[in-house]
Amino acid sequence: MPDENAFVRTTISESAKVMPAQLTSAMEIRSMNAYYGSFRAVKEVDLTIYDHYITALIGSSGCGKSTLLRALNRMNDLVPGARVEGDVHFHGTNIYADDVDPVEVRRRIGMVFQKPNPFPKSIYDNVAWGARVNGYRGNMAELVEGALRQAALWDEVKDKLDQSGYSLSGGQQQRLCIARTIAVKPEIILMDEPTSALDPVATLRIEELIQELKERYTIVIVTHNMQQAARASDFTAFLNMDEDRAGRVVEFGRTADIFTKPEHEETENYITGRFG
Amino acid sequence: MTAGEFPEGPQLDAQINRRRRRGAYLRISFLASLIVAILALLTLLFNIVNSAFGLVALESEVAPAALVEALGLDTTSSALVDLSKDDLVAVLRTNVNNNVGRRLERDQRFYDDRLVFETQTKWDELCGRAVDRPAGCSTGARGRDDVYALVIEQIVQPKVRETWLLFDSIFHRAGIEERAAALYPSADLVFRSWLSVDFVTSPQSPQAEVAGVRTAILGSLWIVGVTILFSFPVGVGAAVYLEEYARDTRLNRLVQTNINNLAGVPSIIYGMLGLAIFVRVLEAFTSGAAFGGVEGSVTANGRTVVSAGLTLGLLILPIIIINAQEAIRAVPQSLRSAGMALGASQWQTIRAHVLPNAIPGILTGAILAVARALGETAPLVVVGASTFITADPTGPFSKFTALPIQIFQWTSRPQDEFRNIAAAAIIVLLVLLLMLNATAIVLRNRYARRV
Repeated sequence: MPDENAFVRTTISESAKVMPAQLTSAMEIRSMNAYYGSFRAVKEVDLTIYDHYITALIGSSGCGKSTLLRALNRMNDLVPGARVEGDVHFHGTNIYADDVDPVEVRRRIGMVFQKPNPFPKSIYDNVAWGARVNGYRGNMAELVEGALRQAALWDEVKDKLDQSGYSLSGGQQQRLCIARTIAVKPEIILMDEPTSALDPVATLRIEELIQELKERYTIVIVTHNMQQAARASDFTAFLNMDEDRAGRVVEFGRTADIFTKPEHEETENYITGRFG
Repeated sequence: MTAGEFPEGPQLDAQINRRRRRGAYLRISFLASLIVAILALLTLLFNIVNSAFGLVALESEVAPAALVEALGLDTTSSALVDLSKDDLVAVLRTNVNNNVGRRLERDQRFYDDRLVFETQTKWDELCGRAVDRPAGCSTGARGRDDVYALVIEQIVQPKVRETWLLFDSIFHRAGIEERAAALYPSADLVFRSWLSVDFVTSPQSPQAEVAGVRTAILGSLWIVGVTILFSFPVGVGAAVYLEEYARDTRLNRLVQTNINNLAGVPSIIYGMLGLAIFVRVLEAFTSGAAFGGVEGSVTANGRTVVSAGLTLGLLILPIIIINAQEAIRAVPQSLRSAGMALGASQWQTIRAHVLPNAIPGILTGAILAVARALGETAPLVVVGASTFITADPTGPFSKFTALPIQIFQWTSRPQDEFRNIAAAAIIVLLVLLLMLNATAIVLRNRYARRV
């Protein structure tokens, strides 16, 4: 439906008009389509990720939120048969250009996964490994401490850095994964439902942490949890599935706007729980 | 819920009882299967142990007591075993002809300071030679036990007239004694363990009494060493490629199917492959000629340790690949994603996360495969195991024999004694296999603990 896509684009530009002038974009996604084999999972996405803000991607299951997120640091390359068309600009470079190495993209755009997945190594090595393989030449102990402090985990683990990452609780493991991501000094952190496997208390801690991380990093977070998107993000993109089962960005704007005066009925239905 | 759709009351009880009974029958039949397996194993073990130990009727050419008597010692009570080295040398001197004595002395001297059979002038001349210098010129003197062994071997010459199984030796001893007394009046009836330190440390011999498995053990270890060196890196490498790098193309699926099928190919086919390729086509390399490391007289024309090892390596390669693939596949995808998301290259991720987590499984599979290689006979027969060698293998280009080959040869001999030493060799092979499996468990536990 070309009309609707055109409309989405206008929506973005209209939202952009009301943004403060100092907003700079970290990533610009233009006419992006993502495929698994012949199946188009995400179609015609146009989206801007603003620097040092938190962007939430919301939408029902299977609407392509995670696919979109994983397309932003080329993690989709690892899925057999997956491919992405269109442009994803990061600092003016298309990360899908031929001369761009996905390894470098992933160092600068880190990712935190749905289920905490620490390495079966010590807490210290969990944090240090990423920096080590990327050729970090500075003081490793300082880097590890700094990353763990930023991830609000230092006080809990400083006396047992040599213990296995698996000895931590679920919430601590997820913060360890965040620390590990921070340690390679990315500019953008992508989070794929980072709290869906955690209890409410651990969830709250991660949300607080995300707010603190906003000072230093640009964050894109996929969430199923409407309250989380409303509480924790500055911008929200609502994705929905079309008749052909391909996901599409229905509406994008400031979170406050999306949740109080959505322009689309689809969006309103979803956020008020009248979906489907 | 409508009444009557499910059984109720007495009907329900009857139905549950029926279900339970069926489960009980199955449980009993599972237990029966287990018992059959255990019984089979016990029968096997009983058979082996039964043959490896038992009574033997030993008949000597010369009675040891007569030898001691002939010395005319003061103490009449001493037996041959208790004699001193000097007395034993004296026994040799009087009972062995000079030619044999000189040969023994040239192999190794009896005393450092004097000669027994050889004259000093002749000895000096022999040792002055540049070629064919006797070994005795440069080695130290024989010990007392060595001389005793010579006396037994050269003079007493005990011969096994008949052997009995362990079971009969214990439960029908009276009958055996009667029979031995009737048939071999001068023979001693002694209990013999065919499995002994001597058996493990002696080389092959045409006489069952003194034959041992040292040559075969060393051969087996050399072969398995070559097998591991070849098939472990190649197998794990192939598995890593197939699991981590290969795309799902028709060609790769074909390769995968072939590997799975190769694991089921009869081992003798691999033997023929080894004969054709390693022994014939690559003879220059497998005989060591290409590396210039072989003396002309001992060349084995490619029928060497390295040919056998590579053949067995090919045989177990598919097994190693399949096991390693399964171990690699079992590493959670989330670890790979985590590694890649940190900006690690694919190899860095494999090296740091996939392989360490897969290594216990890879090792278990590899060692089970190697255990199979250790027990293989057919391919080695085809590749050309030597039927009779007494020289230990000294390197990858030596002729070889292996434990299963040795066992196979001994069991096909008509004499009873060879059946006994075959049983003893089977025990040695089983112990070797158990040691290998124990290593596997230790290695696996060590690596598993690290994560």
